[in-house]
Amino acid sequence: MDIKNRRQFLKLLAASGLASTGFNPISALAMSSKASAHVVIIGGGFGGATCAKYLNMFDPSLSITIIEPSKQFVTCPFSNMVLSGLQNIDSISHGYQAHIKRGINVVHDVVKQIDAEKKQLQLSAGKSLKYDKLVLSPGIDFKWDEVEGMTAADAEKIPHAWKAGSQTTILQRQLAGMRNGGTFLLAPPPNPFRCPPGPYERISMVANYLKQHKPKSKILVLDAKNKFSKQPLFMQGWKKLYPGMIEWVAADKGGRVDQVDVKNRTLHTELGDAHKADVINFIPPQKAGAIAHTAGLVNDDGWCPVNQRSFKADGQQDIHIIGDASIAGKMPKSGFAANSQGKVCAAAIVSELRGKTMPEPSYVNTCYSLVSPDYGISVAAVYRYSKEKGIYKVKGSGGVSPKQADADYRKHEARYAKGWYDSITFDSFG
Amino acid sequence: MNNRPAAFLLPILLALSAPASALEINQGTMLANSCAACHGTHGKSPGAIPAINGKPAAFIIQSMKDFQSGARPATVMGRHALGYSDEEIKLIAEHFASQQ
Repeated sequence: MDIKNRRQFLKLLAASGLASTGFNPISALAMSSKASAHVVIIGGGFGGATCAKYLNMFDPSLSITIIEPSKQFVTCPFSNMVLSGLQNIDSISHGYQAHIKRGINVVHDVVKQIDAEKKQLQLSAGKSLKYDKLVLSPGIDFKWDEVEGMTAADAEKIPHAWKAGSQTTILQRQLAGMRNGGTFLLAPPPNPFRCPPGPYERISMVANYLKQHKPKSKILVLDAKNKFSKQPLFMQGWKKLYPGMIEWVAADKGGRVDQVDVKNRTLHTELGDAHKADVINFIPPQKAGAIAHTAGLVNDDGWCPVNQRSFKADGQQDIHIIGDASIAGKMPKSGFAANSQGKVCAAAIVSELRGKTMPEPSYVNTCYSLVSPDYGISVAAVYRYSKEKGIYKVKGSGGVSPKQADADYRKHEARYAKGWYDSITFDSFG
Repeated sequence: MNNRPAAFLLPILLALSAPASALEINQGTMLANSCAACHGTHGKSPGAIPAINGKPAAFIIQSMKDFQSGARPATVMGRHALGYSDEEIKLIAEHFASQQ
């Protein structure tokens, strides 16, 4: 029975006079969930879309609203395939038709402010919206104030492409227009940031493109870190597939960028070196999405502390925060993690509305990276929660792909990377 | 019937209170939901990763144990399977066996 039929049924019930006989239909309905509860989700990415879908699956009687400015969500996963010209942007864009079909409201708007006391959101153009439970899945924003010489507007010239969409297209065009023999400069951000292996997959896929189309070109990586995710596996793959093309500079060896010269397309490092390049992909330091800051739900580092079992924001009764913005113990900031957290958060909300204790949560993450279209590597882990440790990795579980693996194994992982993409986008948006 | 409205309504209310599509929140679903990101919602994978919905529980249990021991070659499943106890594997297997 869908919501409309259900409402009609309740109307009939009221009209029949039964509602006044002392028989309370509401309490008997919907597995004792508050039938009228309105759950609002800010952000329709992997976290928000998954949370909405699973809230609906756990309790179809809930009224659920997603507030998301974009009509289409463009995924960061596989955006490196778009950058390197192997896929088009439509292949990584996902709408909300399946959510709408489920009876979930999707409002394309921006939340300006959260009034936690009144449980009310202020949207654009003076509109407002009430909620019973609120979920923030706002993703990341950039700490532009920590970047010398560059503003958010300059990202049109020096793209970060760390939110997929128009930024991906800008960088793709710059790469496509680069001369053979040019330098592509990528500057990965300091920890913590969205998708830890992402910059290194990007380096790989740019190298794959250059090797085929502009083989005299170089890739220079000025890293804000001294080590990175799946480093031995990436470096092994680079040496094998793109020998001599990629130079990676660790933070302490002159990799730390302290100034961006947009006009001269040059990055200055703290050691005083200036690196001019044909294309620069500067990925700024990151923080939780803007609304988390506006609503005062962040710590001094700019991320959101939460109860890692329920994802309830610290000090809040009815606000949950999931995905990249949240501090989720040992889990990385990834689309996969956000999807996993969205389900746990949905179970926590429905359990609370029913006055029940949620069973013990289990979380998981797998990050596949492509070193080339048929050379995949992965890192995986299973996570649990304890009051003392928060979200921790289950001992013995997880780890990275073996260093000694044959071409067939790498090919399988590349195939599973694509299979994973098909599954997680179906699980989140389908 | 007019004299006994509750008797008439009860089956309808029960049907309403547990819609066929509602996913129960229990230990099995808490564990199994985390498999869905790779194997698809309810284990119905749309792509290259094997679908596991409707597979016999005994098959899923044996597969997970063989992934743990390495008896069944795998890429990522060996690393995942080691994150679950025998009891948890049983709950996961029963969950997916019941998904059509």
